[in-house]
Amino acid sequence: MISNVKTTNDLAFKIRDLNLHYGDFHALKDIDIDIPRHKVTALIGPSGCGKSTFLRTLDRMQDTVEGAKVEGEILFDGEDIYSKECDVTDLRKKVGMVFQRPNPFPKTIYENLVYGPKVHGITDKKRLDEIVERTLKEVALWDETKDRLHTSALGMSGGQQQRLCIARCLAVEPEVILMDEPTSALDPVATAKIEGLLHDLSGKYTVVIVTHNMQQAGRVSDQTAFFLLGELLEVNSTEKIFSAPDNKKTEEYISGRFG
Amino acid sequence: MTESVKKRQSGIRPVTETSLKGRKAPRKEAHEKAFFGMIWAVAGLTLAVLFLILGFILVKGVPHITWTFLSKEPEALGAEGGIFSVIVGTLAVTVLAVLISTPIGVAGAVYFSEYSKGGRIIKIIRFFTEVLAGIPSIIFGLFGFAFFVVYMQMGWSVIAGALTLTLMILPTIVRTTEEALKTVPMSYREGSLSLGATKWYTIKKVVLPCCKGGILTGVILGVGRAIGETAALMLTIGGSLNIPTSLFSSTRTIALHLYMLASEGISDDKTYACAALLIMIVLLINTAANRIGRNISK
Repeated sequence: MISNVKTTNDLAFKIRDLNLHYGDFHALKDIDIDIPRHKVTALIGPSGCGKSTFLRTLDRMQDTVEGAKVEGEILFDGEDIYSKECDVTDLRKKVGMVFQRPNPFPKTIYENLVYGPKVHGITDKKRLDEIVERTLKEVALWDETKDRLHTSALGMSGGQQQRLCIARCLAVEPEVILMDEPTSALDPVATAKIEGLLHDLSGKYTVVIVTHNMQQAGRVSDQTAFFLLGELLEVNSTEKIFSAPDNKKTEEYISGRFG
Repeated sequence: MTESVKKRQSGIRPVTETSLKGRKAPRKEAHEKAFFGMIWAVAGLTLAVLFLILGFILVKGVPHITWTFLSKEPEALGAEGGIFSVIVGTLAVTVLAVLISTPIGVAGAVYFSEYSKGGRIIKIIRFFTEVLAGIPSIIFGLFGFAFFVVYMQMGWSVIAGALTLTLMILPTIVRTTEEALKTVPMSYREGSLSLGATKWYTIKKVVLPCCKGGILTGVILGVGRAIGETAALMLTIGGSLNIPTSLFSSTRTIALHLYMLASEGISDDKTYACAALLIMIVLLINTAANRIGRNISK
Protein backbone atom coordinates (compact mmCIF):
# COMPACT_ATOMS: atom_id res chain seq x y z
CA MET A 1 0.00 0.00 0.00
CA ILE A 2 2.86 2.33 0.79
CA SER A 3 4.27 1.92 -2.68
CA ASN A 4 0.83 2.71 -4.06
CA VAL A 5 0.71 6.04 -2.28
CA LYS A 6 4.11 6.88 -3.61
CA THR A 7 3.03 6.07 -7.15
CA THR A 8 -0.01 8.27 -6.84
CA ASN A 9 2.20 11.16 -5.84
CA ASP A 10 4.79 10.76 -8.55
CA LEU A 11 2.53 9.83 -11.41
CA ALA A 12 -0.17 11.91 -12.99
CA PHE A 13 -1.38 9.07 -15.18
CA LYS A 14 -0.94 5.35 -14.91
CA ILE A 15 -2.23 3.52 -17.96
CA ARG A 16 -2.57 -0.24 -18.24
CA ASP A 17 -3.80 -2.43 -21.11
CA LEU A 18 -5.44 0.45 -22.93
CA ASN A 19 -7.19 -0.62 -26.11
CA LEU A 20 -9.27 1.56 -28.37
CA HIS A 21 -11.42 0.52 -31.31
CA TYR A 22 -13.13 2.70 -33.90
CA GLY A 23 -15.65 0.20 -35.17
CA ASP A 24 -13.47 -2.52 -36.67
CA PHE A 25 -10.29 -0.50 -36.56
CA HIS A 26 -7.98 -1.27 -33.66
CA ALA A 27 -6.47 2.17 -33.07
CA LEU A 28 -4.61 1.62 -29.80
CA LYS A 29 -3.17 -1.75 -28.80
CA ASP A 30 -2.34 -2.72 -25.22
CA ILE A 31 -0.82 0.58 -24.19
CA ASP A 32 1.05 0.59 -20.86
CA ILE A 33 2.60 3.88 -19.85
CA ASP A 34 3.25 5.99 -16.78
CA ILE A 35 3.13 9.75 -17.10
CA PRO A 36 5.19 11.41 -14.40
CA ARG A 37 3.86 14.44 -12.59
CA HIS A 38 5.28 17.89 -13.37
CA LYS A 39 7.29 16.61 -16.28
CA VAL A 40 6.90 16.98 -20.02
CA THR A 41 6.08 13.79 -21.89
CA ALA A 42 6.36 13.90 -25.68
CA LEU A 43 4.43 11.51 -27.91
CA ILE A 44 6.08 10.93 -31.27
CA GLY A 45 5.42 8.69 -34.23
CA PRO A 46 4.34 8.86 -37.86
CA SER A 47 0.87 10.12 -38.86
CA GLY A 48 -1.95 7.79 -37.99
CA CYS A 49 0.03 5.96 -35.33
CA GLY A 50 -2.52 6.71 -32.64
CA LYS A 51 -0.67 9.34 -30.64
CA SER A 52 -3.39 11.97 -30.93
CA THR A 53 -6.04 9.38 -30.22
CA PHE A 54 -4.13 8.35 -27.13
CA LEU A 55 -3.85 11.97 -26.02
CA ARG A 56 -7.57 12.44 -26.40
CA THR A 57 -8.37 9.45 -24.19
CA LEU A 58 -6.62 11.20 -21.29
CA ASP A 59 -9.34 13.85 -20.92
CA ARG A 60 -12.02 11.71 -22.53
CA MET A 61 -12.36 14.03 -25.51
CA GLN A 62 -12.44 10.75 -27.38
CA ASP A 63 -15.97 10.38 -26.01
CA THR A 64 -17.11 12.98 -28.54
CA VAL A 65 -16.07 10.73 -31.43
CA GLU A 66 -18.76 8.38 -32.52
CA GLY A 67 -18.04 4.65 -32.48
CA ALA A 68 -14.94 4.81 -30.30
CA LYS A 69 -14.72 2.06 -27.68
CA VAL A 70 -12.17 2.21 -24.89
CA GLU A 71 -11.02 -0.76 -22.83
CA GLY A 72 -8.43 -0.99 -20.09
CA GLU A 73 -7.45 1.26 -17.27
CA ILE A 74 -6.44 4.89 -17.19
CA LEU A 75 -5.73 5.99 -13.65
CA PHE A 76 -5.51 9.72 -13.05
CA ASP A 77 -4.46 10.55 -9.50
CA GLY A 78 -5.22 6.92 -8.72
CA GLU A 79 -8.79 7.02 -10.04
CA ASP A 80 -10.04 5.27 -13.14
CA ILE A 81 -11.29 8.02 -15.45
CA TYR A 82 -13.40 5.60 -17.48
CA SER A 83 -15.30 4.35 -14.45
CA LYS A 84 -18.93 5.35 -14.06
CA GLU A 85 -18.18 7.45 -10.96
CA CYS A 86 -15.80 9.73 -12.83
CA ASP A 87 -17.20 13.20 -13.46
CA VAL A 88 -16.04 14.13 -16.95
CA THR A 89 -16.41 17.88 -16.45
CA ASP A 90 -14.34 17.67 -13.29
CA LEU A 91 -11.73 15.58 -15.08
CA ARG A 92 -11.50 18.10 -17.92
CA LYS A 93 -11.08 20.92 -15.43
CA LYS A 94 -8.01 19.13 -14.08
CA VAL A 95 -6.80 17.94 -17.47
CA GLY A 96 -6.83 20.79 -19.96
CA MET A 97 -6.21 20.60 -23.67
CA VAL A 98 -4.56 22.77 -26.29
CA PHE A 99 -5.42 21.93 -29.87
CA GLN A 100 -3.55 21.76 -33.13
CA ARG A 101 -5.13 24.88 -34.53
CA PRO A 102 -5.64 27.84 -32.25
CA ASN A 103 -9.33 27.84 -31.42
CA PRO A 104 -10.19 30.94 -29.42
CA PHE A 105 -13.92 31.54 -29.18
CA PRO A 106 -15.23 34.41 -31.32
CA LYS A 107 -15.42 36.55 -28.21
CA THR A 108 -13.14 39.13 -26.64
CA ILE A 109 -9.77 38.17 -25.19
CA TYR A 110 -11.17 38.77 -21.72
CA GLU A 111 -14.24 36.63 -22.31
CA ASN A 112 -12.11 33.81 -23.67
CA LEU A 113 -10.09 33.72 -20.49
CA VAL A 114 -12.96 33.94 -18.03
CA TYR A 115 -15.02 31.34 -19.90
CA GLY A 116 -13.50 28.38 -18.04
CA PRO A 117 -13.63 29.93 -14.57
CA LYS A 118 -17.25 30.89 -15.19
CA VAL A 119 -18.03 27.30 -16.17
CA HIS A 120 -16.79 26.29 -12.75
CA GLY A 121 -18.82 28.88 -10.92
CA ILE A 122 -16.47 31.83 -10.43
CA THR A 123 -18.44 35.04 -10.94
CA ASP A 124 -16.61 37.55 -8.76
CA LYS A 125 -15.40 40.30 -11.10
CA LYS A 126 -12.24 40.97 -9.10
CA ARG A 127 -11.22 37.34 -9.09
CA LEU A 128 -11.89 37.04 -12.79
CA ASP A 129 -9.74 40.12 -13.47
CA GLU A 130 -6.96 38.56 -11.43
CA ILE A 131 -7.22 35.31 -13.37
CA VAL A 132 -7.02 37.17 -16.67
CA GLU A 133 -3.92 39.07 -15.61
CA ARG A 134 -2.22 36.04 -14.06
CA THR A 135 -2.79 33.73 -17.03
CA LEU A 136 -1.82 36.33 -19.61
CA LYS A 137 1.40 36.97 -17.71
CA GLU A 138 2.02 33.25 -17.49
CA VAL A 139 1.96 32.97 -21.29
CA ALA A 140 3.85 36.25 -21.76
CA LEU A 141 0.94 37.90 -23.52
CA TRP A 142 0.06 40.52 -20.92
CA ASP A 143 2.12 43.38 -22.34
CA GLU A 144 0.80 42.81 -25.84
CA THR A 145 -2.84 42.58 -24.87
CA LYS A 146 -3.47 44.52 -21.67
CA ASP A 147 -4.82 47.50 -23.62
CA ARG A 148 -7.08 45.45 -25.86
CA LEU A 149 -8.59 42.89 -23.50
CA HIS A 150 -12.04 43.76 -24.69
CA THR A 151 -11.37 43.40 -28.40
CA SER A 152 -12.02 40.22 -30.35
CA ALA A 153 -9.54 37.40 -29.87
CA LEU A 154 -9.85 36.63 -33.57
CA GLY A 155 -7.93 39.82 -34.33
CA MET A 156 -4.72 38.39 -32.88
CA SER A 157 -1.97 36.64 -34.83
CA GLY A 158 -1.91 32.83 -34.94
CA GLY A 159 0.88 32.58 -32.40
CA GLN A 160 -0.85 34.98 -30.04
CA GLN A 161 -4.09 33.06 -30.43
CA GLN A 162 -2.37 29.82 -29.50
CA ARG A 163 -0.82 31.42 -26.43
CA LEU A 164 -4.25 32.76 -25.55
CA CYS A 165 -5.61 29.22 -25.82
CA ILE A 166 -2.91 28.02 -23.45
CA ALA A 167 -3.79 30.86 -21.08
CA ARG A 168 -7.46 29.93 -21.37
CA CYS A 169 -6.52 26.40 -20.42
CA LEU A 170 -4.46 27.64 -17.44
CA ALA A 171 -7.36 29.79 -16.24
CA VAL A 172 -9.13 26.78 -14.75
CA GLU A 173 -5.95 25.80 -12.88
CA PRO A 174 -5.45 22.38 -14.41
CA GLU A 175 -2.95 19.84 -13.16
CA VAL A 176 -2.25 18.44 -16.59
CA ILE A 177 -2.06 20.14 -19.97
CA LEU A 178 -2.50 18.01 -23.07
CA MET A 179 -1.16 19.52 -26.27
CA ASP A 180 -1.99 18.15 -29.68
CA GLU A 181 0.72 19.44 -32.04
CA PRO A 182 0.30 22.95 -30.67
CA THR A 183 2.84 24.53 -33.02
CA SER A 184 2.12 22.78 -36.29
CA ALA A 185 0.01 25.67 -37.55
CA LEU A 186 2.50 28.34 -36.46
CA ASP A 187 5.57 30.02 -37.93
CA PRO A 188 9.06 29.39 -36.46
CA VAL A 189 9.10 32.54 -34.32
CA ALA A 190 5.74 31.77 -32.75
CA THR A 191 6.84 28.15 -32.32
CA ALA A 192 9.96 29.23 -30.44
CA LYS A 193 7.79 31.33 -28.13
CA ILE A 194 5.46 28.42 -27.38
CA GLU A 195 8.42 26.14 -26.72
CA GLY A 196 9.91 28.68 -24.32
CA LEU A 197 6.54 28.79 -22.65
CA LEU A 198 6.49 25.01 -22.33
CA HIS A 199 9.82 25.20 -20.59
CA ASP A 200 8.37 27.65 -18.05
CA LEU A 201 5.26 25.55 -17.53
CA SER A 202 7.03 22.26 -16.89
CA GLY A 203 7.74 21.81 -13.24
CA LYS A 204 4.43 23.48 -12.42
CA TYR A 205 2.19 21.40 -14.63
CA THR A 206 2.25 17.93 -16.06
CA VAL A 207 2.46 18.32 -19.83
CA VAL A 208 1.77 15.71 -22.48
CA ILE A 209 2.57 16.93 -25.96
CA VAL A 210 2.05 15.29 -29.33
CA THR A 211 4.55 16.46 -31.89
CA HIS A 212 5.63 15.65 -35.40
CA ASN A 213 8.81 17.55 -34.90
CA MET A 214 11.67 15.41 -33.57
CA GLN A 215 13.79 18.39 -32.57
CA GLN A 216 10.87 19.79 -30.66
CA ALA A 217 10.41 16.58 -28.72
CA GLY A 218 14.12 16.62 -27.96
CA ARG A 219 14.07 20.25 -26.87
CA VAL A 220 11.03 20.34 -24.65
CA SER A 221 10.44 16.93 -23.11
CA ASP A 222 11.75 14.88 -20.21
CA GLN A 223 10.20 11.62 -21.34
CA THR A 224 9.40 10.48 -24.86
CA ALA A 225 7.02 7.79 -26.04
CA PHE A 226 7.23 6.36 -29.54
CA PHE A 227 4.02 5.10 -31.14
CA LEU A 228 3.78 3.02 -34.29
CA LEU A 229 0.60 1.63 -35.86
CA GLY A 230 -1.33 1.85 -32.61
CA GLU A 231 1.35 0.26 -30.49
CA LEU A 232 3.56 1.92 -27.95
CA LEU A 233 7.01 0.67 -28.96
CA GLU A 234 9.15 2.50 -26.48
CA VAL A 235 8.98 4.87 -23.52
CA ASN A 236 12.18 6.24 -22.13
CA SER A 237 13.83 9.39 -20.95
CA THR A 238 14.12 11.77 -23.87
CA GLU A 239 17.88 11.72 -23.59
CA LYS A 240 17.99 7.96 -23.98
CA ILE A 241 15.47 7.86 -26.81
CA PHE A 242 17.49 10.32 -28.83
CA SER A 243 20.92 8.87 -28.05
CA ALA A 244 20.55 5.13 -27.55
CA PRO A 245 16.98 3.90 -27.93
CA ASP A 246 16.21 0.31 -26.92
CA ASN A 247 14.03 -0.40 -29.91
CA LYS A 248 15.49 -0.60 -33.40
CA LYS A 249 12.34 0.90 -34.95
CA THR A 250 12.63 3.92 -32.68
CA GLU A 251 16.14 4.51 -33.86
CA GLU A 252 15.11 4.18 -37.48
CA TYR A 253 12.25 6.64 -37.03
CA ILE A 254 14.32 9.17 -35.15
CA SER A 255 17.12 9.06 -37.67
CA GLY A 256 14.54 9.72 -40.36
CA ARG A 257 14.62 6.41 -42.16
CA PHE A 258 10.80 6.27 -42.24
CA GLY A 259 7.85 8.32 -41.06
CA MET B 1 11.35 18.84 -96.13
CA THR B 2 10.72 19.87 -99.68
CA GLU B 3 10.42 23.42 -100.87
CA SER B 4 6.75 23.05 -101.77
CA VAL B 5 5.79 21.85 -98.29
CA LYS B 6 7.61 24.78 -96.73
CA LYS B 7 5.74 27.10 -99.01
CA ARG B 8 2.44 25.56 -98.12
CA GLN B 9 3.17 25.78 -94.44
CA SER B 10 4.27 29.33 -94.58
CA GLY B 11 1.27 30.00 -96.74
CA ILE B 12 -1.16 28.52 -94.28
CA ARG B 13 -0.15 30.60 -91.36
CA PRO B 14 -1.19 34.02 -92.62
CA VAL B 15 -4.54 32.62 -93.63
CA THR B 16 -5.24 31.40 -90.10
CA GLU B 17 -4.18 34.70 -88.68
CA THR B 18 -6.43 36.67 -90.92
CA SER B 19 -9.28 34.29 -90.20
CA LEU B 20 -8.75 34.86 -86.51
CA LYS B 21 -8.62 38.57 -86.87
CA GLY B 22 -10.95 38.99 -89.74
CA ARG B 23 -13.75 36.50 -89.22
CA LYS B 24 -13.76 34.28 -86.13
CA ALA B 25 -12.97 36.96 -83.62
CA PRO B 26 -15.81 39.30 -84.50
CA ARG B 27 -18.25 36.41 -84.48
CA LYS B 28 -17.14 35.50 -80.97
CA GLU B 29 -17.46 39.07 -79.90
CA ALA B 30 -20.86 39.32 -81.47
CA HIS B 31 -21.97 36.19 -79.59
CA GLU B 32 -20.72 37.66 -76.38
CA LYS B 33 -22.50 40.90 -77.04
CA ALA B 34 -25.72 39.13 -77.92
CA PHE B 35 -25.65 37.08 -74.75
CA PHE B 36 -24.78 40.08 -72.67
CA GLY B 37 -27.62 42.00 -74.21
CA MET B 38 -30.04 39.17 -73.57
CA ILE B 39 -29.06 38.89 -69.94
CA TRP B 40 -29.43 42.62 -69.53
CA ALA B 41 -32.81 42.53 -71.20
CA VAL B 42 -34.09 39.74 -68.99
CA ALA B 43 -32.71 41.36 -65.86
CA GLY B 44 -34.27 44.63 -66.94
CA LEU B 45 -37.60 42.93 -67.56
CA THR B 46 -37.57 41.39 -64.10
CA LEU B 47 -36.84 44.73 -62.53
CA ALA B 48 -39.46 46.41 -64.68
CA VAL B 49 -42.12 43.95 -63.51
CA LEU B 50 -41.08 44.46 -59.90
CA PHE B 51 -41.21 48.24 -60.18
CA LEU B 52 -44.47 48.08 -62.07
CA ILE B 53 -46.15 46.14 -59.27
CA LEU B 54 -44.58 48.17 -56.50
CA GLY B 55 -45.24 51.43 -58.30
CA PHE B 56 -48.83 50.55 -59.13
CA ILE B 57 -49.65 49.58 -55.54
CA LEU B 58 -47.77 52.44 -53.96
CA VAL B 59 -49.19 55.09 -56.29
CA LYS B 60 -52.72 53.89 -55.75
CA GLY B 61 -52.29 53.16 -52.04
CA VAL B 62 -49.93 55.63 -50.43
CA PRO B 63 -52.18 58.72 -50.82
CA HIS B 64 -54.79 56.94 -48.72
CA ILE B 65 -52.42 56.06 -45.89
CA THR B 66 -53.25 58.97 -43.67
CA TRP B 67 -52.96 59.42 -39.95
CA THR B 68 -56.71 58.80 -39.69
CA PHE B 69 -56.28 55.55 -41.62
CA LEU B 70 -53.64 54.33 -39.18
CA SER B 71 -55.18 55.56 -35.94
CA LYS B 72 -58.95 55.26 -36.35
CA GLU B 73 -60.93 52.12 -35.96
CA PRO B 74 -62.78 50.83 -39.01
CA GLU B 75 -66.37 51.79 -39.61
CA ALA B 76 -68.94 50.34 -42.01
CA LEU B 77 -67.00 47.05 -42.41
CA GLY B 78 -63.86 49.01 -43.28
CA ALA B 79 -65.33 51.25 -45.93
CA GLU B 80 -64.92 54.21 -43.59
CA GLY B 81 -62.48 55.02 -40.79
CA GLY B 82 -59.09 53.38 -40.48
CA ILE B 83 -57.48 50.08 -39.64
CA PHE B 84 -56.16 50.63 -36.12
CA SER B 85 -57.73 47.47 -34.69
CA VAL B 86 -56.44 45.51 -37.67
CA ILE B 87 -52.89 46.71 -37.04
CA VAL B 88 -53.20 45.67 -33.39
CA GLY B 89 -54.55 42.28 -34.50
CA THR B 90 -51.67 41.81 -36.95
CA LEU B 91 -49.12 42.64 -34.27
CA ALA B 92 -50.77 40.35 -31.73
CA VAL B 93 -50.97 37.33 -34.03
CA THR B 94 -47.50 37.75 -35.55
CA VAL B 95 -45.64 38.49 -32.34
CA LEU B 96 -47.35 35.63 -30.56
CA ALA B 97 -46.57 33.22 -33.41
CA VAL B 98 -42.89 34.24 -33.38
CA LEU B 99 -42.69 34.02 -29.59
CA ILE B 100 -44.04 30.48 -29.68
CA SER B 101 -42.21 29.20 -32.73
CA THR B 102 -38.72 30.60 -32.10
CA PRO B 103 -37.91 28.67 -28.91
CA ILE B 104 -39.50 25.49 -30.28
CA GLY B 105 -37.77 25.85 -33.64
CA VAL B 106 -34.36 26.60 -32.17
CA ALA B 107 -34.68 23.77 -29.65
CA GLY B 108 -35.69 21.40 -32.44
CA ALA B 109 -32.74 22.43 -34.59
CA VAL B 110 -30.33 22.04 -31.66
CA TYR B 111 -31.71 18.59 -31.02
CA PHE B 112 -31.47 17.54 -34.66
CA SER B 113 -27.97 18.76 -35.30
CA GLU B 114 -26.29 18.56 -31.88
CA TYR B 115 -27.88 15.67 -30.01
CA SER B 116 -29.53 13.19 -32.36
CA LYS B 117 -27.13 10.73 -33.90
CA GLY B 118 -28.87 10.96 -37.26
CA GLY B 119 -30.95 7.79 -36.93
CA ARG B 120 -33.80 6.76 -39.16
CA ILE B 121 -36.50 8.39 -37.08
CA ILE B 122 -34.65 11.70 -37.29
CA LYS B 123 -34.42 11.36 -41.06
CA ILE B 124 -38.15 10.73 -41.25
CA ILE B 125 -38.93 13.67 -38.98
CA ARG B 126 -36.65 15.90 -41.05
CA PHE B 127 -38.33 14.75 -44.25
CA PHE B 128 -41.72 15.70 -42.88
CA THR B 129 -40.43 19.04 -41.65
CA GLU B 130 -39.38 19.79 -45.22
CA VAL B 131 -42.72 18.63 -46.56
CA LEU B 132 -44.43 20.85 -44.00
CA ALA B 133 -42.66 23.86 -45.50
CA GLY B 134 -44.23 23.21 -48.90
CA ILE B 135 -47.83 22.60 -47.87
CA PRO B 136 -50.35 25.17 -49.15
CA SER B 137 -51.34 27.51 -46.36
CA ILE B 138 -55.07 26.87 -46.74
CA ILE B 139 -54.40 23.32 -45.52
CA PHE B 140 -52.75 24.72 -42.41
CA GLY B 141 -55.85 26.86 -42.06
CA LEU B 142 -58.11 23.85 -42.33
CA PHE B 143 -56.10 21.94 -39.77
CA GLY B 144 -56.01 24.95 -37.44
CA PHE B 145 -59.75 25.28 -37.77
CA ALA B 146 -60.43 21.61 -37.06
CA PHE B 147 -57.86 21.23 -34.29
CA PHE B 148 -57.40 24.55 -32.47
CA VAL B 149 -60.72 26.27 -33.18
CA VAL B 150 -63.09 23.33 -32.89
CA TYR B 151 -61.40 20.45 -31.10
CA MET B 152 -59.38 22.49 -28.58
CA GLN B 153 -62.36 24.84 -28.27
CA MET B 154 -60.29 27.97 -28.71
CA GLY B 155 -62.85 29.44 -31.04
CA TRP B 156 -61.85 31.95 -33.73
CA SER B 157 -59.14 33.67 -31.80
CA VAL B 158 -55.73 35.30 -31.71
CA ILE B 159 -54.23 32.21 -30.09
CA ALA B 160 -55.72 29.78 -32.64
CA GLY B 161 -54.33 31.92 -35.47
CA ALA B 162 -50.93 32.29 -33.81
CA LEU B 163 -50.64 28.54 -33.23
CA THR B 164 -51.58 27.84 -36.85
CA LEU B 165 -48.92 30.32 -38.02
CA THR B 166 -46.46 28.67 -35.64
CA LEU B 167 -46.91 25.39 -37.48
CA MET B 168 -46.29 27.20 -40.74
CA ILE B 169 -43.13 29.07 -39.83
CA LEU B 170 -41.59 26.36 -37.64
CA PRO B 171 -39.90 24.52 -40.55
CA THR B 172 -38.29 27.75 -41.74
CA ILE B 173 -36.85 28.51 -38.32
CA VAL B 174 -35.68 24.92 -37.81
CA ARG B 175 -33.93 24.82 -41.16
CA THR B 176 -32.20 28.20 -40.99
CA THR B 177 -31.07 27.49 -37.42
CA GLU B 178 -29.73 24.08 -38.42
CA GLU B 179 -27.79 25.64 -41.29
CA ALA B 180 -26.35 28.20 -38.90
CA LEU B 181 -25.39 25.50 -36.38
CA LYS B 182 -23.52 23.62 -39.08
CA THR B 183 -21.29 26.62 -39.76
CA VAL B 184 -19.98 26.69 -36.18
CA PRO B 185 -16.55 24.99 -36.25
CA MET B 186 -16.11 21.79 -34.22
CA SER B 187 -13.02 23.35 -32.67
CA TYR B 188 -15.17 25.84 -30.72
CA ARG B 189 -17.14 23.00 -29.23
CA GLU B 190 -13.98 21.06 -28.41
CA GLY B 191 -12.40 24.13 -26.84
CA SER B 192 -15.36 24.58 -24.56
CA LEU B 193 -15.71 20.90 -23.64
CA SER B 194 -12.01 20.65 -22.88
CA LEU B 195 -12.41 23.38 -20.25
CA GLY B 196 -14.89 21.21 -18.41
CA ALA B 197 -18.07 22.73 -19.79
CA THR B 198 -21.03 20.43 -20.28
CA LYS B 199 -22.50 19.95 -23.72
CA TRP B 200 -25.52 22.08 -22.90
CA TYR B 201 -23.36 24.88 -21.47
CA THR B 202 -21.23 24.76 -24.63
CA ILE B 203 -24.28 25.06 -26.85
CA LYS B 204 -25.76 27.85 -24.75
CA LYS B 205 -22.62 29.95 -24.38
CA VAL B 206 -20.57 29.27 -27.50
CA VAL B 207 -22.54 27.58 -30.26
CA LEU B 208 -25.84 29.47 -30.15
CA PRO B 209 -24.24 32.93 -29.79
CA CYS B 210 -22.35 32.17 -33.02
CA CYS B 211 -25.71 31.50 -34.69
CA LYS B 212 -27.52 34.67 -33.64
CA GLY B 213 -27.49 36.05 -37.18
CA GLY B 214 -28.73 32.82 -38.73
CA ILE B 215 -31.50 32.37 -36.20
CA LEU B 216 -32.59 35.95 -36.66
CA THR B 217 -32.76 35.46 -40.42
CA GLY B 218 -35.06 32.49 -39.87
CA VAL B 219 -37.26 34.44 -37.51
CA ILE B 220 -37.51 37.37 -39.93
CA LEU B 221 -38.38 35.04 -42.80
CA GLY B 222 -41.02 33.59 -40.51
CA VAL B 223 -42.39 37.02 -39.70
CA GLY B 224 -42.50 37.80 -43.40
CA ARG B 225 -44.53 34.69 -44.05
CA ALA B 226 -46.81 35.30 -41.08
CA ILE B 227 -47.53 38.92 -41.97
CA GLY B 228 -48.54 38.12 -45.52
CA GLU B 229 -50.64 35.11 -44.60
CA THR B 230 -54.34 35.09 -45.41
CA ALA B 231 -55.64 31.61 -46.03
CA ALA B 232 -54.35 30.05 -42.82
CA LEU B 233 -55.85 32.87 -40.77
CA MET B 234 -59.16 33.15 -42.57
CA LEU B 235 -60.34 29.94 -40.92
CA THR B 236 -58.73 30.47 -37.54
CA ILE B 237 -58.94 34.08 -36.34
CA GLY B 238 -62.44 34.85 -37.48
CA GLY B 239 -62.16 38.40 -38.74
CA SER B 240 -63.61 40.67 -36.08
CA LEU B 241 -62.92 44.36 -36.57
CA ASN B 242 -62.76 45.04 -32.83
CA ILE B 243 -59.49 45.52 -31.00
CA PRO B 244 -58.59 42.14 -29.51
CA THR B 245 -58.76 42.24 -25.74
CA SER B 246 -57.59 38.74 -24.91
CA LEU B 247 -55.91 35.75 -26.52
CA PHE B 248 -59.35 34.37 -27.21
CA SER B 249 -60.74 37.41 -29.03
CA SER B 250 -61.45 37.10 -32.70
CA THR B 251 -59.39 39.52 -34.75
CA ARG B 252 -58.17 40.42 -38.23
CA THR B 253 -54.78 41.00 -39.81
CA ILE B 254 -53.87 43.53 -42.50
CA ALA B 255 -53.54 40.85 -45.18
CA LEU B 256 -56.87 39.32 -44.23
CA HIS B 257 -58.51 42.75 -44.11
CA LEU B 258 -57.15 43.44 -47.59
CA TYR B 259 -58.67 40.20 -48.82
CA MET B 260 -62.06 41.00 -47.26
CA LEU B 261 -62.09 44.54 -48.63
CA ALA B 262 -61.19 43.38 -52.12
CA SER B 263 -63.36 40.28 -52.33
CA GLU B 264 -66.44 42.04 -51.04
CA GLY B 265 -65.77 45.22 -52.98
CA ILE B 266 -66.04 47.34 -49.87
CA SER B 267 -63.55 50.06 -50.69
CA ASP B 268 -60.98 50.31 -53.47
CA ASP B 269 -59.00 53.06 -51.80
CA LYS B 270 -58.72 51.26 -48.48
CA THR B 271 -57.72 48.04 -50.25
CA TYR B 272 -54.78 49.71 -51.95
CA ALA B 273 -53.87 51.53 -48.78
CA CYS B 274 -53.65 48.17 -46.98
CA ALA B 275 -51.59 46.71 -49.82
CA ALA B 276 -49.17 49.62 -49.81
CA LEU B 277 -48.85 49.42 -46.05
CA LEU B 278 -48.09 45.67 -46.24
CA ILE B 279 -45.42 46.25 -48.87
CA MET B 280 -43.79 48.93 -46.79
CA ILE B 281 -43.81 46.76 -43.69
CA VAL B 282 -42.22 43.84 -45.54
CA LEU B 283 -39.55 46.12 -47.05
CA LEU B 284 -38.85 47.55 -43.62
CA ILE B 285 -38.51 44.12 -42.04
CA ASN B 286 -36.16 42.91 -44.76
CA THR B 287 -33.94 45.97 -44.53
CA ALA B 288 -33.84 45.67 -40.75
CA ALA B 289 -32.99 41.97 -40.99
CA ASN B 290 -30.13 42.68 -43.40
CA ARG B 291 -28.74 45.41 -41.16
CA ILE B 292 -28.96 43.34 -38.00
CA GLY B 293 -27.59 40.26 -39.70
CA ARG B 294 -24.61 42.19 -41.01
CA ASN B 295 -23.92 43.81 -37.65
CA ILE B 296 -24.06 40.51 -35.81
CA SER B 297 -21.84 38.65 -38.23
CA LYS B 298 -19.22 41.38 -37.70
